[in-house]
This record gives sequence, structure tokens and C-alpha cells, in this order.
Amino acid sequence: MSVNFQVNGKPAKANAETDTPLLWVLRDELGMTGTKFGCGAALCGACTVHVNGEAVRSCQTPLSTVSGKKVATVEGLSKNNTHPLQVAWIKHDVPQCGYCQSGQLMSAAALLAKNNNPSDADIDNAMSGNICRCGTYPRIRAAIKDAAASMRKA
Amino acid sequence: MTDIQTSRRSFLKTGAAATGGLLMAVNLPGTLGQAMAAGTVSTPNAWVHIADDNTITILSAHSEMGQGVHTSMPMLVAEELNVDLSQIKVVDAPPGAAYVNALLGAQITGGSTSVRGSWEKLRVAGAQVREMLVSAAAAEWNVDRAQIKADKGMLTGPNGKKATYGAMAAAASKLPVPEKPAIKDPKDFRIVGKRTKRVDTPAKTNGTAQFGIDVKLPGMVYATITQCPVIGGKVKSFDGAQAKAMPGVQAVVQVSDGVAVVADSWWRAKKAAEKLSIQWDEGAVATISDASMLEGNRAAAKSGKVIPIIAPKGDVANAIKGAAKVLEAEYISPMQSHSPLEPMNFTAHVQGNKALLIGPTQFQQGAQGAVAGALGLKPEDVTLQTTFLGGGFGRRLELDFVVQAAEISKAVGKPVKLVWTREEDMTHDYYRPMGVNHLKAGLDASGMPVGVHFKVTSQSVTQRAFGLPKETLDPFMAEASVTGYNVPNTQHDLVIHDTGFRVGYWRAVSHSMNAFANESFVDEMAKAAGQDPYAYRMKMLEGKPRYANVLKLAAEKAGWGKPVAKGRARGIALMEGYDSYMAQVAEVSLNKDGSVKVHKVTVAADVGHMVNPDTVEAQLQSSIIFGMGAVLKHQITMANGRVQETNYNTYEPVRMYEAPQIDIVLVKSTEKPGGIGEPGTAVAAPAIANAVAALTGKRVRRLPLTADAIRQA
Repeated sequence: MSVNFQVNGKPAKANAETDTPLLWVLRDELGMTGTKFGCGAALCGACTVHVNGEAVRSCQTPLSTVSGKKVATVEGLSKNNTHPLQVAWIKHDVPQCGYCQSGQLMSAAALLAKNNNPSDADIDNAMSGNICRCGTYPRIRAAIKDAAASMRKA
Repeated sequence: MTDIQTSRRSFLKTGAAATGGLLMAVNLPGTLGQAMAAGTVSTPNAWVHIADDNTITILSAHSEMGQGVHTSMPMLVAEELNVDLSQIKVVDAPPGAAYVNALLGAQITGGSTSVRGSWEKLRVAGAQVREMLVSAAAAEWNVDRAQIKADKGMLTGPNGKKATYGAMAAAASKLPVPEKPAIKDPKDFRIVGKRTKRVDTPAKTNGTAQFGIDVKLPGMVYATITQCPVIGGKVKSFDGAQAKAMPGVQAVVQVSDGVAVVADSWWRAKKAAEKLSIQWDEGAVATISDASMLEGNRAAAKSGKVIPIIAPKGDVANAIKGAAKVLEAEYISPMQSHSPLEPMNFTAHVQGNKALLIGPTQFQQGAQGAVAGALGLKPEDVTLQTTFLGGGFGRRLELDFVVQAAEISKAVGKPVKLVWTREEDMTHDYYRPMGVNHLKAGLDASGMPVGVHFKVTSQSVTQRAFGLPKETLDPFMAEASVTGYNVPNTQHDLVIHDTGFRVGYWRAVSHSMNAFANESFVDEMAKAAGQDPYAYRMKMLEGKPRYANVLKLAAEKAGWGKPVAKGRARGIALMEGYDSYMAQVAEVSLNKDGSVKVHKVTVAADVGHMVNPDTVEAQLQSSIIFGMGAVLKHQITMANGRVQETNYNTYEPVRMYEAPQIDIVLVKSTEKPGGIGEPGTAVAAPAIANAVAALTGKRVRRLPLTADAIRQA
């Protein structure tokens, strides 16, 4: 039995068992490895994607629950780094090891989609589910504010 | 002619013959690095490959694990080769003698050595290639070398003569390698020392960066491993029938460290592994706990063999005996896990007597050698490609997961990607050893120390990892034990106590426990003397300008001595480590639940010459926040030989809402470069502990500094 859904605006079909977490469907079946495995327990946020616009932890999202829905991953922000968050991430040279950054970007994208002028507290709330072992938090914060400013101008 | 020169030449010739230029494999950053065709070469020009089409590739002997080496290493080469960073590509070097880190004696990324070890070596390497290109052009055009300029990948000569580096690369490769090429005076640097964008950022913002966990080979299968809950325990027997019957499962195989399940997807392998039934021979570690380890360390501190760290200065026992006041304290640093966000993984393909290994490692030659040893192969038949590392912090110096992947691949005869669960990762780390520091000081009537006795009791990682003989000084236990303070009588002792538990090098290694003890104790002395901790330190730093300077800069920037917001207090700490000098001022308050809130950390650092100042700042931010977790939140505990923390809920790193403002002051310096990946982690602990003591009047001497620890102090 296969499950049909959309990934980054394109139709996708997965044949994995329907209790398979979306994370592993994306990575191993669809070959989209931008979304990362960190903890397998919704504790670190490395696997964050959007389902119908909401940030979710794909390691805790069974395939069955995304049937007919729209999934967005880091690959969908833009391939050529033109999304305002990607532009800001590069401007501030945010990533260090980079492993958490797909998840950070997707959490930030969900935040800015709803709130293009987030306060520090808004950023804390939206981003505290995403662990960065390299401690890039000060730069993530600065980059989100920068991206928000450019989105307000656009 | 030396062997080195011969091999340099033969390498260049091999490269030229194989490719018609200095061409070797060429890869974009962020794509999987193809191993270089020439495996073990011993030439500095193993660093630069120039293709006919003028594609210039610079090899990094150091793994990119976030510290920015894929940018800083090429900057050093490019400075002398006279090319812009935008003109070059970076790839990871294969295992090879040419890439040995002279500061550590092996091809290792660690110890904050990348820039320190490469500062001259890579500039010379770039200059050598530049001079060879110029010589080749001089011969071709029949003009004097002095008339030729090499810049931005172009050679220009008199009468409009012009050629790309690529066009001259083949001819250049036939020339002798100049031993002592002219290198620039640092004042003429165009690249080194300038804030430079990291070359790996774009790939890390669109999902294309290739980490070990992203590797895919044709026909590859996926594996998980289940290891004994007691580290070091062995499989007694197991029943894999149920696991084998699960969908997609191809094999259940026993390997040295446990039982692996191999399937056509990782999730299927993981689900099947839950069905394994394994009987373990748990071994000796099953009886120990963190409490018994602490007791063992304390007993060893009293009666174990004392190893002098350096020759004593004066007579500390007598000085303390005759002192007006005597202070004594014990400080305890618990075990810590590395827990990089990318779980341990490696991809292996063993075919007959050859093996291909691809993945994240800090120790290329070690991985190659360990797999060769485990499988009975020749090291030269083991090919290794390094990917990006999703964090390292010392964990990826270890080779367990690499050998496991190779063993599994050999057993199933297919390319295998082994990925650990987070739980396996956290419970099977090589942990920062517990450290117990005993400090004793005698103060004179003015409150200044006349004698300080330092003793650290802990476990030796170097004995385990590199076979350091027992009862000899392990320098990686004694870091930051000797401070910069002028004290007339001092003694520094080490006691090595083997708890039996598996330990590893953790970011900042022994700096972390020793700086926590030393700098907490200085504050305790200042308090006993009734003096300001900053002024007290300054009094002991006469003739120590680099120490005094960073202390002063951090204090000034942080507003030391000026009023602080209500409910807050500041703490200060100072250290030299990895040839870098650093002071931090932490500003803290208590949350409603009694836990510590760090509002701001001000850091002043003198790291000598900087290659990329923006990376220096990033590493300061990183190391402080990494250190904060171990200061305030997490530790590894153990019961019945089992690590109790299993995931990021029970071992929780600092999160966004806890990350402080970090103000940075960098000293402009022309001293030799210091390392910067690690020292900040060590200094954060005493700076925060001292701030909490200033705020609460309670001295917490055992980390982590939790709400409970403060209440009980």
C-alpha cells in the first residue's frame, strides 16, 4: 500500500510501512537527505519539516498521517539559497558543523511565515526545540531578525 | 637529496603522469570527497592540485566538524599561491603521511591544533607551488623569473606573455620543489587575517552538504547495532530469529561489539533490532557507579602514586605551614558525553582484500589502521574518504563505529551504512573522565598566596587511546594546571586513577576540570583576603602581559566594578590554553526555580595571529555555549555499569532560550597562532561558578551547578 502526498510542491509516493516516520521516508526512500536524524524522539529538532505549513518533527510523524498533505523540507526553501532565511544564514555565516541547520531553518521559516517581526521571546519560543551542539544560537537569532526585516521590506 | 625531496618529486610526477597536469580528483565542497589517487605521499605539494582547465583544488588534512578548517586551511595556501578563495575548491585529504598533524604525531583533527600546526606548513606549501609555476613560465618564455608575476591564477610576463596556472602546471610538476620558498611578511597578507566567508556555508543552508549519514553507495544496505548496556560487555548468546523474520531484514550478524541487524532501510533495521534477544557477558564494569568512581578517585588522591606535573617551585609545604591563613578545597567535575548531533555512523564496502570506508572521522589514519587490523587487510588496501562531520568534540577520534561498519559489510558482502540510534550513541560514548581536584593555599597577612598546592586525580585517556605507560605523566590531564599567577611556592601533582570505565578526549580535555578548580580557588582566596577577584588576580600578574591584558579587556568591556542589575552578579576567570589567552566575565541571576540564568558572557581573547577572525568569534560563541551545558545542566551518571542518560531529555544541551549574549574582544596580535576551538569551554565553568558564588554567597564545588547544587551548598 502506498501513501501519496506532496513534497515541496511535487507529488510524492511512498511504499514504506505506514508507521514509518516521515523522516526515514524522506531520507531513505525519496533520497532527500537534507532532513536530519538526531534523536529519534522529537527532542532535538534536526528532522523539522513542515506539514501543511506547520513545523513538525518528522521523526515522530508516521507516514500515514501525511497522506494527501503538503510536506516542505529544507530542499524546498530554495535550491540556490535565495530564500530570505538562507540569505541571512549566509550573511551571518551561521552554520558550524551544519548538521542541525536544516531543522533550524525550517523552524525559523515556520515562525516567519506567521510573524515577520518576531521578538526575542518569539524566537526563543519557536527555536528552543532545535538543539545546536555547536552553539550557533547567537547567529541564528541575528539571522532570523535580518531575514524578518528583509521580508517586511519585500 | 633527502627522501622527502625524492618523494615530493615522485609524487608530483605521478600526479602529472596520471592526469596530464597536477590534476587529482576535483570535488565541490559539500559533495562527497573522492579519495586522492596518490595514497601516501610525503610532500607539501600534496596540498595543491591544479588541473589543465585551471581548476585549483586545495586539500584539507583536517576534518570539517564546524570549526571552519575547510576555509582557514585553504586561506593559508591561497595566500601564498596568490589565488582568491573563490577560485579554489576544497577536498578532504586521504589518509597519508603527508597529512600527519605534527603537533599530535598522527593525522588527527583535535587539540585545537589545525591552525597552529598549519600556519607555516601550508603557507610554505602554497609558496612552493607558486615558485614552481613561475619557474616553469620563465623557462617556457625564456625570461628571468623576476619578470613574472603569479596572481589570481594567472602568470604574466614581459611583452604581454600570459598563461593560466593550469597551463603551466604540467611543466611546473617536472621541476624540483624549492625547499625554502619566500613567504610573505604577515603585513602583506591579503587573505589571512581578513574576515572571510566560510566556503561550506551555502551547502549547509540548502540541504546539500554531505554528512556521513547521507552517504549512499549502489547496492547499499542499512544497519543498526545493539551493544551491551554495560560498555565492554560481550555477546554471550543471542536469538535473532524474530528480527530476521521482520520485513526487509537481510541479515542478523554478530560483530565484535554486539549484534547488527541489516535491512533494506534503516528504519526496518531499527524496528527489527527491537526484536533481538541477547544474553550478555557484562564484564567487570557492571559493578561500578558514578558514586563508586568518585570514592575511587578520592581514595587514589590520598594514597595513589603522585606524578609531578612540573618541578615544584620553592617549598610549598613549609610556605603553607607558616602562612597566616590556610585554605583547602575539593572540586569535582563529572563525566560528560560528546553527543554530537549526528549520531555515530560510517559506510563501508569490503570486497575481498580491499575495503572502502566513507564517513565522518577526526582520525583518518586511525580509521584506516583499525579496519586493516580488524579485518586482516593491508592499510594501503583500505581506502578512506572523509565527509563533513555533524559535530565531533573528540567523539570522532574514536574508531569503534568505523570498525563495526567494516565488520558488518564483510559479513554480508555488501556496502553497508551503519547508523547508531541516539540511545546507543549516548550510552556508548568515550566519556570525559571524572576529575577530582584538591587545592591548598597559604595566604600571608595581606591575603596574597605564599604557596599553592594543586593536585588533580582523574583517569588517563591517553593510556587507553595511545598506550601511554602507566604511572607516567599524561600531558592531557595536566592542561591549565599551572596558572599564570606569580606565587612564590607551588607544587603541581597528578594522580592517575583507572576507574575501569571507558574515557575519551572531550572538548578542552583536562583544561575543563583544571581551570574550573584553579579559577574557582583563586576567587575563594580573594574572598578570604577580602579583596576584589579582578584586582586580586591582577596583583599576581606582574610580568605576565598577555594574561593581564585579556583580564583587563574583559573586565572593562563587562563593566567590572560598575553596578550590576538587581538580582545579578558577575564572575571572572582567566586561563591560557592551546597557546591562547582568555578571560571571561559571566553575568548571572537565578531563575524562579533556583537554576542559573546566564545573561551575558564577555570574553577577551588573545589568540596570536588569526587566520579568519570571524571563525575565531564563532568558536568563542560555540565553545562558551558548549561549556555552559556542562556547567549548568548535564552530566553522565552511572549505575550498575550502565550509563543512565539516554537522550537529549536526560542529557540536555543548552537551548536557544538559555543562550546568553556573548560580547567578544579580540586582541590584535602578531604572536604565533593559538588554538581557539576549545579553551572557551574550559573558562566558562569558573566564570559562571564565580558569578553564582558572588550572587548567592554559596560556593558550588561540584558540577553541574544546578538549582539543587546551589541549595545544598
